[in-house]
Amino acid sequence: MTSKKSEKLIDKKGIRLDGRKVDEMRPVKMQVGVLPNADGSAYLEQGRNKILVGVYGPKEAHPRHIAQQDRAVIQCRYHMAPFSVDERKSPAPSRRDVELSKVIREALEPAVFLEYYPRTSIQVYIEILQADGGTRCAGITTAALALADAGIPMRDLVVACAAGKAGGKIALDLMDTEDKVGEADVPVAFMPNLNAITLLQMDGNLSVDEFTTALDMALEGCKKLYAIQKEALKSKYESIEEAK
Amino acid sequence: MNTPIVINVKKKRITELLANGKRVDGRAPTEYRKLDVESGVIERAEGSARVHLGKTDVIVGVKVDTGKPFPDMPDKGVLTVNAELVPLASPAFEPGPPGEQAVELARVVDRGIRESKAIDLEKLCVESGKQVFVVFIDVYVLNHDGNLIDASAIAALAALINTKMFKYTVEDGEIVKKPGYTPLPVVNHPVAVTFAKIGNKLILDTGLDEEEVMDARLTMTMDKDGHICAMQKGGGSGYFTREEILEAAKIASEKTPELRKIVVKS
Amino acid sequence: MLKIPLFYEKKQLVTPGDLLAEGDYVSGDSTYIENGKIYANRLGLVDYDGKRVHVVALKAFYVPVPGDTVIGKVVETSPGGWAIDIKAPHLARLRASDVVERSFKPETTDLPSIFDVGDLIIANVVAYDRTRDPLLTVREPGLGKIVRGQLVEVTPTKIPRIIGRQGSMVGMIKRETGCQMTIGQNGLVLISGRSAEDEKLAIMALRKIEKESHTSGLTDRVTEMIKNEKKSLEDKKT
Repeated sequence: MTSKKSEKLIDKKGIRLDGRKVDEMRPVKMQVGVLPNADGSAYLEQGRNKILVGVYGPKEAHPRHIAQQDRAVIQCRYHMAPFSVDERKSPAPSRRDVELSKVIREALEPAVFLEYYPRTSIQVYIEILQADGGTRCAGITTAALALADAGIPMRDLVVACAAGKAGGKIALDLMDTEDKVGEADVPVAFMPNLNAITLLQMDGNLSVDEFTTALDMALEGCKKLYAIQKEALKSKYESIEEAK
Repeated sequence: MNTPIVINVKKKRITELLANGKRVDGRAPTEYRKLDVESGVIERAEGSARVHLGKTDVIVGVKVDTGKPFPDMPDKGVLTVNAELVPLASPAFEPGPPGEQAVELARVVDRGIRESKAIDLEKLCVESGKQVFVVFIDVYVLNHDGNLIDASAIAALAALINTKMFKYTVEDGEIVKKPGYTPLPVVNHPVAVTFAKIGNKLILDTGLDEEEVMDARLTMTMDKDGHICAMQKGGGSGYFTREEILEAAKIASEKTPELRKIVVKS
Repeated sequence: MLKIPLFYEKKQLVTPGDLLAEGDYVSGDSTYIENGKIYANRLGLVDYDGKRVHVVALKAFYVPVPGDTVIGKVVETSPGGWAIDIKAPHLARLRASDVVERSFKPETTDLPSIFDVGDLIIANVVAYDRTRDPLLTVREPGLGKIVRGQLVEVTPTKIPRIIGRQGSMVGMIKRETGCQMTIGQNGLVLISGRSAEDEKLAIMALRKIEKESHTSGLTDRVTEMIKNEKKSLEDKKT
């Protein structure tokens, strides 16, 4: 079931509004160690998304009552800059910001060895400088890089990608227009070496078969992004090797 | 929210029992506790329902008012869902504005209703771009004994089915009430089922004990055609494999019609 | 089955989650073991000696080890003692009883006059486990308040390289720059020289080591760099 508006998202040749095919991801750039003050940091661009993440910690948990006796806690804040979207967004956290902060934290927790640092907190600040759909996934991918950059021990990197249904077809990495007008969106976060899905959400309308196709498409996207993440982490140090 | 300190022996017992397919209260892994749905409990609200799922107790009140539509949806009524985890419901809840747990609960319930187009929002348009009906769904958790999402989603659906709006005419751009009521146009019946993963077993309808030890949870909301309209993984530092997710979808396809029957009948 | 290249002079860069070894191996620094497989848990250079597989992390924060000498900043004074920031996940504690006579009376002893907030101290780690904060002592010779010098922060994993085999690297820097150097295992290095220029040379050396710690022939290159710098400074003067 597609609406008239939705059909225009994909033309007769199967090309999307931004020139992509249905199984194509937007171009991605990743950089690690971009903020001098943060313990770890990373920057990512995916299509028109621009995400910056800073990580502090592990350090003493404040206020004291949030500390857990047997593990570190992750304090995660997903926040959009007022100028990141077409209509200026108020800097005050919206309910969407609250929910995304929670699910992003829950997507990162399985990766971090929290039990090594009881009574401490790890602060993850995700700033969306420019948004065009799929920011929670891009935020997770960037945050994982920032955590690794901070030297925080992790089981695996976490990488995230969304697939959905737009213009009647299952498509990878929906941008904002496709998400708003399309039929469904399925963001997924994944730890490839452990075959572990740490974020899964869905909104829209999909049969179980369609959902399975979308899930698998998103996981394929995750694997591609994972290779780029590893390169981004390594490249900072490989350039020193070459300079010698 | 204060994370309760889990008794290690309790966690061990729950996990061991589950390895043998048993639960502490004797239920099967995908068995729901006793579900009671009572509609029309708050007369001053346009619609309401109270759900008891085991000892979890949730009330949903629906208020219908008039207001302005969203600029990008001038012909549609407005739907908004809010949830409150009132302090009397659990020692873990504190007074104050909704925290992340309440916000997530509201948004997951909202997603199920909104994405399944349960309410025909176009029928709630009074004057395009100027006046529409606004449906306020307020979830009030009265006692927390696990599985707040499913209990709240069921209560919300029952409350919507129970909701009556006043009849009206439009005179000089003003809404004028007429005698009589008309039911809220509810055209789909989304039902949420929430899985918990403990060890590598999936169970449905967690009691509070089980929630305290679960590794992660996954909510799936399906509409009356068996289509998925919302999904949310949450509740822990754990994860799911692709196979577990697909197994959950299969179980959800079987379970949601059963629960739907109970709600629609009440 | 080892999954690292077999040529030993080239250390492979690994990322968290990379499978390093499987089978009869022991999990060392910056690795973890699951189902008999050893994975990296930090970005770094994998290495192994005998059965022990470990990763020299390119960046890691300091985790206190009893016996380590550390440099820290006093951040809190209280009747019982002091809280010290040693750049670890937890604040470290120095008990008043460690410094003052056994029968000290909190009401009459002015603890801030001994160490005040903002002071730098050199101390040894006495104890640290999951249940409590790191405990320090300043009882041994050479420990106590720092009164002069410049503090340089490096990644703690580079400290062994800065010290060098049997102190060869740090010894060379001290000789060539005439600076005194106190090295904290927590990544803080105190440099105290006869002039600001000398201290600057030592700092340059530290930065170079930090950047190129994974390469070989480093001691020679650092020595050469210091000598060249000294020479060009001399040339500028004349």
